[in-house]
Amino acid sequence: MNPNYLWLIPVLPFAGFLINGTLGRKLARPAVAGIALLFTAIPALLVAWLWSTMLSTGALTMSVTSRSWITVPGFHVNFAFAVDHLTLIMLAVVTGVGFLIHIYSAGYMAHEEGYWRFFAYLNLFMFFMLVLVLAANFLLLFVGWEGVGLASYLLIGFYFTKDSAANAGKKAFVVNRIGDFGFLLAMFLIIAHFGSLSFGDVFAAVNAHPAWQGGFLTAIALLLLVGAAGKSAQLPLYVWLPDAMEGPTPVSALIHAATMVTAGVYMVCRTHVIFDRSPLALSVVAIIGAATAIFAATIGMVQHDIKRVLAYSTVSQLGYMFLGCGVAAYSAAVFHLMTHAFFKALLFLAAGSVIHALSGEQDMRLMGGLKKRIPVTYWTMTAGVIAIAGIPPLAGFFSKDEILYRTFAFEANPMLGKLLWAVGLLTAGLTSFYMFRLWYKTFAGEERFDEAHLGQAHAVVHADEHPAGHDEGQDTSHQGHHGVHESPWIMLAPLCILALLSIIGGWIGIPQALGGSNHFEHFLDPVFAATTHAENAVNADQVSHSMELVLAAVSVLVALIGWFVARIFYLKKPGTLGARFGNSALYKLVANKYWVDEAYDATIVQPTVIGSRILLWGFVENVLVNGSGFVSAAITRLFASVTRKMQSGNIRSYAGWLAVGAAIILIAMTASALHIH
Amino acid sequence: MVPIAYYLILAAVLFSIGIGSFLIKRNIITIFMSIELMLNAVNLTFVAFAHQWKLIHGQIFVFFVMVVAAAEAAVGLAIIIAIFRTRQTLNVDNINLMKN
Amino acid sequence: MALALFIIFGVLCVAGALNLLFQRHPINSALSLVVVMMALAVIYWTLGAEFLAAAQVIVYSGAIMVLFTFVIMLLNAGEEERTTGSKAAYFVGIPGVAGIIALLTYIFLHEKAALGYARLGGSLDTATSNISEISRVLFTDLLLPFEVTSILILVAILGAVVLARREQ
Repeated sequence: MNPNYLWLIPVLPFAGFLINGTLGRKLARPAVAGIALLFTAIPALLVAWLWSTMLSTGALTMSVTSRSWITVPGFHVNFAFAVDHLTLIMLAVVTGVGFLIHIYSAGYMAHEEGYWRFFAYLNLFMFFMLVLVLAANFLLLFVGWEGVGLASYLLIGFYFTKDSAANAGKKAFVVNRIGDFGFLLAMFLIIAHFGSLSFGDVFAAVNAHPAWQGGFLTAIALLLLVGAAGKSAQLPLYVWLPDAMEGPTPVSALIHAATMVTAGVYMVCRTHVIFDRSPLALSVVAIIGAATAIFAATIGMVQHDIKRVLAYSTVSQLGYMFLGCGVAAYSAAVFHLMTHAFFKALLFLAAGSVIHALSGEQDMRLMGGLKKRIPVTYWTMTAGVIAIAGIPPLAGFFSKDEILYRTFAFEANPMLGKLLWAVGLLTAGLTSFYMFRLWYKTFAGEERFDEAHLGQAHAVVHADEHPAGHDEGQDTSHQGHHGVHESPWIMLAPLCILALLSIIGGWIGIPQALGGSNHFEHFLDPVFAATTHAENAVNADQVSHSMELVLAAVSVLVALIGWFVARIFYLKKPGTLGARFGNSALYKLVANKYWVDEAYDATIVQPTVIGSRILLWGFVENVLVNGSGFVSAAITRLFASVTRKMQSGNIRSYAGWLAVGAAIILIAMTASALHIH
Repeated sequence: MVPIAYYLILAAVLFSIGIGSFLIKRNIITIFMSIELMLNAVNLTFVAFAHQWKLIHGQIFVFFVMVVAAAEAAVGLAIIIAIFRTRQTLNVDNINLMKN
Repeated sequence: MALALFIIFGVLCVAGALNLLFQRHPINSALSLVVVMMALAVIYWTLGAEFLAAAQVIVYSGAIMVLFTFVIMLLNAGEEERTTGSKAAYFVGIPGVAGIIALLTYIFLHEKAALGYARLGGSLDTATSNISEISRVLFTDLLLPFEVTSILILVAILGAVVLARREQ
């Protein structure tokens, strides 16, 4: 494929955004969806073409650079896209999963207001995400970074008439911004030390100086980590992701599970050359990843909203990816990124299907017994649940196990490695537990929903979600389908495809210990092994296969234990856990999400609000700005009242002023004439 | 032989007296006459310079100034008559309908 | 002798102007202005502008000042009253006038040498007389302004007639 076609991949969704954004309001719904799907399908085909080129030639790197973008003395940056194997993986995930979710959305959002707006924003998101992934320098990556944040804000707040949705959008954007601040500082440091923002230049410079260790590279790495933590919802900047569930379910699937939140992981992997030189930064990454993983898992255990469980699950799984990066197992992290995209998107879309079936119900306490009623959804979601729990031979097992194994065998700091492995293992158990809890509560047991009045509890909500203009404020379509109904095939088809991927997706990364040849890691070798790793890397060939098998077995065991425990408490004896622990302090702590939001509010938000009110509004606004307005008005008034005396209506005074004016001119002329002498 | 400068000084003095009476007098006709005085002073300046530069154009300009002064006097006096008819006063301080 | 002429008639001019300033009755001011015009006519003649001297007497003193006198008598203007007008004109005017006189006097005396001297009856010696000289330029080079001024006078007549007309 001609490198000059690379720019088509991001630009086509942008064209879709423009068309739907400007004309979409007037077009019929099928046309809107058709445009959006077309401009997502073509990039997917282009990516497939790239893959075919790669497969036929065995390897692929490609780049295209534009004429310049910023050129000032001492610094210049271009628009430049580059493709290597890591990019190929990301492109496949983004365009593939993205396309499937677009198809799903055409069905899910069929009865919503603002259909055209949704698809316009979705295409906009695709554009920015593709720019992020294809970027060959930090600045263009940052453009995509910010852009996906914007698209996320727009889509979270899609139901803009709901206060909670609007607030969630703002929260997401602001917290992301904090991360972006770190990213910007990192970019400034890079410019200061390397004089360029291009990946090629920076990485080549680092590689050319093996003596550069720590110091400023640590600073850069830690600041990049701040940015990644904001975008990928790690401690302490994860608080926006659960609230982001206010957006429509396809948005949660695409942005907050499969693609945008993985941008942080992608960025860390892309800049791994810098991270490799700073053991401190890598340790921080690993610790944050593991801590986030277990933290989020504990909160997810007690959530009642099906989407919140999945949100915390996403945070937790992202923690795994960061843990993988932290032990320099970058390819393992990317592998988990890919499999996670499959099964998390599947889980969200299936949850959306469940919610659709129940006409808007999201509280698991009001679900149950849906297995027979919505079978396709049930079976596909089951695939997702098993995959995320890490039970072989589904995808999640291979990727999660790879990370855990590499953590355990972390050579640079074995103690830390074992500790983090234990944390990761515990989290895996918790993951299995809460996912099966979700599964049982939703599909098994007795039906706790009121079929006759489905959707009515949410009629008010829907009146908010479907702003005025929809017939009689009632959603006739949801009310019209009386009772629980399976979703239409346009929604089920992507579920089936994703379920298939969740099952077989891990098979390209089967490690040697279990008989495979680990295609995935070798595929990414050109990206991650070509540069000097220093002591942080673990050479996969050197560690024992038997240890790997043992660890794998332990992981599976823990996952099965989690399942078993969930089975007891949610299938066999439902309600007992709640009765025993419902009032304990520990439960309250976790159920309130450790009061993190409240803590942030008290320490950061309230002081800012009060400070702004007193300082910015009270002083700057009222005194300075308004005051200067008053003062200038007063001065003008004063001046005017003086000059007004000239227009007295008295002829003699006019005569006087005339004479004065003439005298001034005379004096001026004579003065200038005299100076000439 | 009189220096041209003396003629100019004479014109300046006449002009200044014209300005002074323009500002001080209260009768509108007198103010008008002081304007004529000022015009005459300017005429004297032109003639003096025409004599110095040996150009006749200075005197022609005086000719035109006289024509304009005549026209202006005619129209101005007509206005004064019109004002007198309505206001019954020639005191310029009382012709203050535009005050405030 | 030229100097004597100048001084006599110059003093006469200034005296007439001051009289215009200090007289209270407008008719006295008008008559002193006539004196000024006459004296100026003589001064024009000493500067070699005979036509203008004649025009000054005929047009200015004989027509314009007569017009002024007519109007003063028509309107029966009396002596100026003391009114409670603004005194600002006095405070600005008199010092201003003195200042201007001083300034201009200074300038002209400064340039006295450069300006040269007047020859009494300057152009009487030349072959062409003053009036033929004026008319030659007026009717050839400056014909357009000449015609325009005639239209100007026409307009002024119309304006005066309209403005002074008694309302019917």
